[in-house]
Amino acid sequence: MNLLTLQGLTASYGSSQALFGVDLSMAEGEVTALMGRNGMGKSTTVKAICRMINAQGELRLLGQDLHSLPSHKVSRLGVGLVPEGRRCFPDLTVRENLIAAARPGDWTLKTVADLFPRLGERAGQRAASLSGGEQQMLAIGRALMTNPRLLILDEATEGLAPLIRQEIWSAVRKLKQETGMAILLIDKSLRELSLVSDQAVILERGKTVWADRMTALTPDISAKFVGV
Amino acid sequence: MKLNERAINTVVLLGLLALPLYALVVDEPFTITLVTRAVILALAAVGLNIVLGIGGLVSFGHALFFGIGGYAMGILAYHAQTYTTLNLGFFSTGGTKLMPVIWLVAMTVSAIVAYVIGKLTLRTSGVYFIMITLAFAQMFYYFTISWAQYGGEDGLSIYIRNDFPGLNTLVPIQFFAICFVILCSVLFLYARLQASPFGLALNATRQSATRVEAVGLDPMKLKLLAFVISGAVTGLAGALFADLNRFVSPTMFSWQLSGELIVLIIIGGVGRLMGPVIGACVFVALEHFLGGLTSFWHIYLGVILLCIVLFARGGILGLLTGKEGAHV
Repeated sequence: MNLLTLQGLTASYGSSQALFGVDLSMAEGEVTALMGRNGMGKSTTVKAICRMINAQGELRLLGQDLHSLPSHKVSRLGVGLVPEGRRCFPDLTVRENLIAAARPGDWTLKTVADLFPRLGERAGQRAASLSGGEQQMLAIGRALMTNPRLLILDEATEGLAPLIRQEIWSAVRKLKQETGMAILLIDKSLRELSLVSDQAVILERGKTVWADRMTALTPDISAKFVGV
Repeated sequence: MKLNERAINTVVLLGLLALPLYALVVDEPFTITLVTRAVILALAAVGLNIVLGIGGLVSFGHALFFGIGGYAMGILAYHAQTYTTLNLGFFSTGGTKLMPVIWLVAMTVSAIVAYVIGKLTLRTSGVYFIMITLAFAQMFYYFTISWAQYGGEDGLSIYIRNDFPGLNTLVPIQFFAICFVILCSVLFLYARLQASPFGLALNATRQSATRVEAVGLDPMKLKLLAFVISGAVTGLAGALFADLNRFVSPTMFSWQLSGELIVLIIIGGVGRLMGPVIGACVFVALEHFLGGLTSFWHIYLGVILLCIVLFARGGILGLLTGKEGAHV
């Protein structure tokens, strides 16, 4: 059974339609790159998966229809979201951010600190006082504390210094190799995506236009649909 | 000079304990009653601080729970002292004068009412939440005004203070001891709750409900549970307040009292453990000392509140510790 299935997914913001038919399927432990130019519906697809906006079409996690569920129940089913823009709880400390999200499972304060040692060092520091990169690590750590089956990283390295980006990509590779967690990645770095992803799905104008193994993604296709 | 918040908290609690003991030695029972009043108001404000300070919910109707606690005490004691039966249809009782039973009833009824009101109001936010909570409190206020059976507008006098096993509650210092122990217990629970995963999630809800949902928590449930706990604590304070005065009246539901509870918290420091306690002490001191000089003492309270809002956003505790936020 697929972990995540999207078939003909459509969604709108008021009267403005954003998704016109997104198809995507992911197996357990698979890393999928969701690609496309700006404004093509990648983040909207993520919002639809997490039930932050209403959508139509098939939307299933482990066979269960997600349409009738509120956002928090989708998370409880095992979807961990790292939203665009490093959205931590600024008034809480690093430790408190992690505890607030914690659910029983393999991911604990210690395992998160092992993945991101900087978070362990700054456990008592308020999230608002962290650097952008550290806040991003915290957002990932917080999503991991929910012990998800599927981790969604929406532009996790956007606007970060190259060294921090490397740290985050290294953590993503570690997650793939050591935990076998399914990961849905949205990022602009084609090079990094191709190194870590098993498959790629490309959106254009809110619709899936290409989906295959990452190894099948040729420079022509990426130049045509992604622009790089 | 910036002071340590824990040290300030300890000094305030010790001061609150020492003052009545000193008053006992110099035979000033009124001072003991005054401090007891501050302790009870602090307890009510600690209850409100759970939703206001941690959850960021500005409930402008918390006097509702204070009044429910007061009337729970008043009604039970009234039936006990008049040897009449309180018939609720499904249950009848001759009332009681036993404090622990009265507290339990006050907290339970307050919690149930908080649950129902919370279910209806917590879907709103901002000014709508403020107005709806105010409206509920006013409904109870006008209901009790017309509730002739229990004194109506004139209120209900209780001729004897209720009993606590092993203590003579008519002795001011013994009644103070009961209230002080309850306040310390509730402060301990508040501190534990604030640092617990529930408290942290509630705090996170104040910052962003959407992000809280994204980590699998239901903001509505978090806020509702906090509202229920908060209502129960404020209800307990109401029962003690009614016992202190041996009198309950519709003013316990008044919007002025709801506003005063918010003012106490703002003066002391929103979301801080001892903020409501410091606020209550300042409030009762002003009420006593300035109230003796002029009946317009609220003007001075207003000036203090204005200064705190403009120049000390963290309240008195924030000013002393140099930390505006509630994080210690």
